[in-house]
Amino acid sequence: MKAALRFTDLTLGYDRHPAVHHLDGPVEQGTLLAVCGPNGAGKSTLFKGVVGLLAPLAGAIDLNGRRAHDIAYLPQIAEIDRSFPINVYDMVAMGLWRRAGLFGGIGGAERERIEQAIAAVGLRGFEQRAISSLSGGQMQRTLFARLLLQDASVILLDEPFNAIDAKTTADLLDIVRRWHAEERTVLAALHDLDLVKAHFPETLLLAREPVAWGRTGEVLTPENLLKARQMCEAFDAGAAECVQAA
Amino acid sequence: MLYDAFVAPFAEFEFMRRALVGTFALALGAGPIGVFLMLRRMSLVGDAMAHAILPGAALGFLLSGLSLFAMTAGGLAAGFIIALAAGLVARATELKEDASLAAFFLISLALGVTIVSVKGTNIDLLHFLFGTVLALDDATLILIAAITSITLVALALIYRPLVLECVDPGYLRSVSRAGGPAHIAFLALVVINLVGGFHALGTLLAVGLMMLPAVAARFWARDITAMILIATIGGAFSGYAGLLLSFHTSVPSGPAIILVAGALYAGSILIGPVGGLLRQAFPGRHLEA
Repeated sequence: MKAALRFTDLTLGYDRHPAVHHLDGPVEQGTLLAVCGPNGAGKSTLFKGVVGLLAPLAGAIDLNGRRAHDIAYLPQIAEIDRSFPINVYDMVAMGLWRRAGLFGGIGGAERERIEQAIAAVGLRGFEQRAISSLSGGQMQRTLFARLLLQDASVILLDEPFNAIDAKTTADLLDIVRRWHAEERTVLAALHDLDLVKAHFPETLLLAREPVAWGRTGEVLTPENLLKARQMCEAFDAGAAECVQAA
Repeated sequence: MLYDAFVAPFAEFEFMRRALVGTFALALGAGPIGVFLMLRRMSLVGDAMAHAILPGAALGFLLSGLSLFAMTAGGLAAGFIIALAAGLVARATELKEDASLAAFFLISLALGVTIVSVKGTNIDLLHFLFGTVLALDDATLILIAAITSITLVALALIYRPLVLECVDPGYLRSVSRAGGPAHIAFLALVVINLVGGFHALGTLLAVGLMMLPAVAARFWARDITAMILIATIGGAFSGYAGLLLSFHTSVPSGPAIILVAGALYAGSILIGPVGGLLRQAFPGRHLEA
């Protein structure tokens, strides 16, 4: 079976400075993969590369015939304008974009799916609430409902449980496990290593360069984590051209 | 008595009826545009673009006098060029888009006033800056109505990406490429509405009918659809009440319309149920948890 995603000597970055450096390897269909690493390790950058928001500086990402738009992507919550006057129902309904697009109608079947998704994240009764009045946890539930509607085979979650309480995290993790059971490929950028060890079978430890990639228990060793921290702190503004790239 | 005060001016005088139809049409297009400008944090961009139209319209005037076609074409050209140039400067240099727009519109205003003064009188200059809402002829009314119709149809087409790009631009980019084109189409709509407004209210006031009802609507609704409706009705009401005010008190009509819109805004700050000052001062007893 062909991998859901394959990175080939992938380098992503900003202004020639690599934020993800020489990443190689496949993500098999149905993998539940945690992407760990310190701040600035390139986790968000990697996701932006996969969904096509950032063009590679070198190397390639093979989406196995998918279009980048077919991948569901949960950006960090800070990138959303919470003051915008839109309610939970409409926010969730945007998950149907791929089906409805610019002008497509939203009929009875779609309404039912929207209501199911809202119920699945435990937000029934909140449909007409403005997103500005939601708590952080409720906002994240809303975004998960939108992901449910996107019905994608590859799902990227950028720090989905940041500043989220234990109950909400547990509820949302249930949804992640459901996706895993349905053999969808899920990649999640995470900081909580205990949570990773408990729920994610595979881990990619990034520190701009991949430190380790494989079974979570073998990746998240104290030596690897120390190495990741040291590699990340060494940003060189006057870096020379990468020899490996030549 | 009531009839004399509120209806008779429009029943008796054709120029009042024309002015009313013109401002209603303007409000219909400018309402939703203003709401989107506000929600996209581009309120000042509208202001800057309105000024940017002046030198173009003035060039049209210089070449062929007070011709509707020449001034419209000039205004449109100038508006599009400035919008594009400001975008390019912002993208190519470190300057933020609002800063580059501010630079462009100051230059445009000075240039426009100079060009008008070269050929025309001070009266002409006043017409350019503050409009001639009481002298709208058939051609101008048709132009304004056409602009409004185009605006409403185009907004319906780009509504979803426009909304989504405000709330969650990262998500929109991950599912669609429509964001960029929708933004450009939206800027084009801003320009054509300002050109329409320019004929009635002049370059300095055209943006008033766009922004004031929109920011007032923010105090009355939590939902974008309601906001658009309120802004449109507020704009139309400002047109009606402003024309009456000007009729009864001989205040110039354009400024009267904008003053009414300004009063609506001030009243909304005070008593608006969504974040108005009175509501903040007297929120009522708190509810059950």
